[in-house]
Amino acid sequence: MANWDVFRELDNLRREIDEAFRGAGIHRRPLASAFLSPVTSRRFPLVNFSEDEGHVYIDALVPGVDPKDTDLTVLRNAITISGERKPFIEKRGQIVHRSELGSGKFSRTLELPTDINPDKIKAEYRDGILRVILAKAEHAKPKKIEIKLS
Amino acid sequence: MATNSLTEWNDDRTIPNREETRSSEKFIKPAVNIIETEEGLTLTADVPGAAKDALEVNVEKGILTISAPVTRSMPGNPTYSEFELASYYRQFSIPESLDHEKAKADLFNGILTLRVPKAEVAKPRKIEITVS
Repeated sequence: MANWDVFRELDNLRREIDEAFRGAGIHRRPLASAFLSPVTSRRFPLVNFSEDEGHVYIDALVPGVDPKDTDLTVLRNAITISGERKPFIEKRGQIVHRSELGSGKFSRTLELPTDINPDKIKAEYRDGILRVILAKAEHAKPKKIEIKLS
Repeated sequence: MATNSLTEWNDDRTIPNREETRSSEKFIKPAVNIIETEEGLTLTADVPGAAKDALEVNVEKGILTISAPVTRSMPGNPTYSEFELASYYRQFSIPESLDHEKAKADLFNGILTLRVPKAEVAKPRKIEITVS
C-alpha cells in the first residue's frame, strides 16, 4: 500500500469499465467484419501479436489505408500506428444502398511485450494488412546457459 | 424484401440467412458500401488479407456472390489476438437492369471495388420537349 494513488486507481477503474462495455450494446455484427465502421467504436486498427525467440510480430488490419499515409512510431516500448482512411467519394445524385464502411483518422498506441531494438524494425503492407516486425533487444532474448558437470 | 436484397433497411434482423448457416466452416461477411449512380452500381468491400488470384466474384441468376479464401498466418506463437481471418463470403440479389457482362472488379489495398454499369435501356433518358 506504499504507493497507493487515488487518481491512478480511478483511472484504472475507468479503463476497466470502458473495457467491460466495449462491444456491448448493439450486437449487429458479431464477427468483426466492419473495420472502422460506425458500429465499431474506437479500437482501430485491430491487431494481432505474435512472437518467437528473436522477434515480435504485429499484424494490423488497415484495409484501404494508403501505406504512404500511415505513420509508425516507436518510443521505448510503445508503438503508435496512425493514419487516415479516406472517405469514399460521394458524388451528387447518387443513391446509397448500403454504407457499412467507415472512414476517418485513427491513431492507436500499443504497448510491446518486451524491450525491442529500435534500429531493427521492419514494416510491410500487403492486401490491407500491415505487418510490423520488431527485433527483440539483446537483453530480452532468452539466453541459453550451459550446465557443467562437476 | 428478400434477405439478400441490395438495400437493407432493417439492419438488425436476426433470422439466420444463407451466409451464416451455409457450412460449419467459418465465414466473414465483409462490410460493403453500395452506391448507385446514373452510370451504374459501385460496390466497395473490405477484404483485408484476400489475395487477388483467389478472389471470386460472380453473378448467376441475379445473385452476386463475393467469395475469397484467406490464407495468411503469422510467424511465431500468437500472444494476443483481436481479429481472426477467415474466408469472406457474401451474396446480394442484384437487379436485372445491370449489365453484368461489363462488370469490372478491382482489388487494391485490401479493398474490393466492383463496378457494374447499367444496361442501356435502364439509364435515365432525357426527353427533349419541342415547343411548337
